[in-house]
Amino acid sequence: MTKVVAVTGNEAVANAFRQIEPDVCAAYPITPQTELMQRFAAFVSNGQVKTEMILVESEHSAMSACVGAAAAGGRVATATSSQGLALMWEILFIASGLRLPIVMPVVNRALSAPINIHCDHSDAMGARDSGWIQLWSENAQEAYDNTIQAFRIAEHMDIRLPVMVCYDGFIISHSIERIEYLDDEVVKKFVGEYKPLYPLLDVDNPKSYGPLILTDLYHEVRKAHSEVYKKVPKVVVDVAKEFKKISGRSYGLFESYRLDDAEIGIVILNSAAGTTKDVIDEYRERGIKVGLLKPRLFRPFPYEEVGNALKNLKAVCVLDRADAFGGSFGPLYLDIAASLCNFKEKPVLINRIYGLGGRDYMPEHAQGVIDELIEIAKTGKVKVLKEYIGVRE
Amino acid sequence: MIGWKDIPPGMVLLEAGSALKFKTGSWRAFKPRWIEENCIQCLLCWLYCPDNAVKVKDGKRQDFDFDYCKGCGICAMECPGKKGNKAIVMEEEVK
Repeated sequence: MTKVVAVTGNEAVANAFRQIEPDVCAAYPITPQTELMQRFAAFVSNGQVKTEMILVESEHSAMSACVGAAAAGGRVATATSSQGLALMWEILFIASGLRLPIVMPVVNRALSAPINIHCDHSDAMGARDSGWIQLWSENAQEAYDNTIQAFRIAEHMDIRLPVMVCYDGFIISHSIERIEYLDDEVVKKFVGEYKPLYPLLDVDNPKSYGPLILTDLYHEVRKAHSEVYKKVPKVVVDVAKEFKKISGRSYGLFESYRLDDAEIGIVILNSAAGTTKDVIDEYRERGIKVGLLKPRLFRPFPYEEVGNALKNLKAVCVLDRADAFGGSFGPLYLDIAASLCNFKEKPVLINRIYGLGGRDYMPEHAQGVIDELIEIAKTGKVKVLKEYIGVRE
Repeated sequence: MIGWKDIPPGMVLLEAGSALKFKTGSWRAFKPRWIEENCIQCLLCWLYCPDNAVKVKDGKRQDFDFDYCKGCGICAMECPGKKGNKAIVMEEEVK
């Protein structure tokens, strides 16, 4: 029987960790992730799980400990936010390059400077090309569900890659929501027993991790690594199908909301998608054909499927909760634009930056964007391609 | 040469002792010379050598294995020699 509870996003993910019971968990506290590891540490202290907690002195060490433990043959998890993820940067590449299936919730928070503890997506976007699979979550339920599925995706023998589960700092991590917990036994059975691929602790079969590879083979190693990502979307969909059987909740590569017959559309990640859906409903009642696409699997980016889902629209706004300083457009926009660029018929695209450092995303922001898209669909004219919204003059 | 399809996941090397396949003694600037008459067979050079380039047979020191000697000079530094005369000296590599 599922259990309906009122919990924070962090509490929900900590509970998923408890149900999965990783062998090793390295932890370093950083706002707004702290509550997650604090709650999980309590489960360890209370003897509810046998997980080995490694309390490290920095996130760089946390990820290093995870790499070591995963190479040794353990099921490994950690979590982080913002500067913590930035400090892990060097080791993120090692975890993915060594194909170690570490699972890491990233509680999205702005990057310094200036210091800001609130939500935006600049942390995870900064790590988007580190070879980690990224699942994004609209609410606490999705954060919980994605965490459980992340272990199955990461540990799939075709994949063996680390996974980040992203959810919005404070908005999701600290707000209390209604959640449906699965039974402990159901989750345990779903994730199954962990089978390491090349465990270092298997001393009868000695092996070396992280060799020096120079010009003779590095190019080939990277090509082999790049090929693995092609297998990820299928596994993500397969795992989601199985997850539906135990939960009744459906997941795909992305969520389409009233998109099938839409003429204009919004692409947006995580919690802001919820607000946008409400506003879309209001416009639909007025007969305006507007829809939404919310990416779930952001890395590897399913560009064919996303391109096909959007190509028939007239105008689309990609809302980014991160800027790309000195670059052209926001990170999500770049992937959407690339997904569409080879189609003959494609929508006019605009890029809006919203909600940096925890700035609220309000219904009027979605309304403003939709009004602008209606105008663009009518005239085909774009006033400004990229602009901040909800910013004071 | 192997192609990208032959690469094991994570480029994990699935055999032990594979470093022996790669001769690492090709970039020396200095090489050690063993002076046998000054050698007291203390084997400190064998103990300190980071590259297993000092060969020992039946408990006795043999000459260097230059395929694996990087010319680091640790053996020469640690060598106590006989009555102040070193049994290992570093000399410039001549190709």
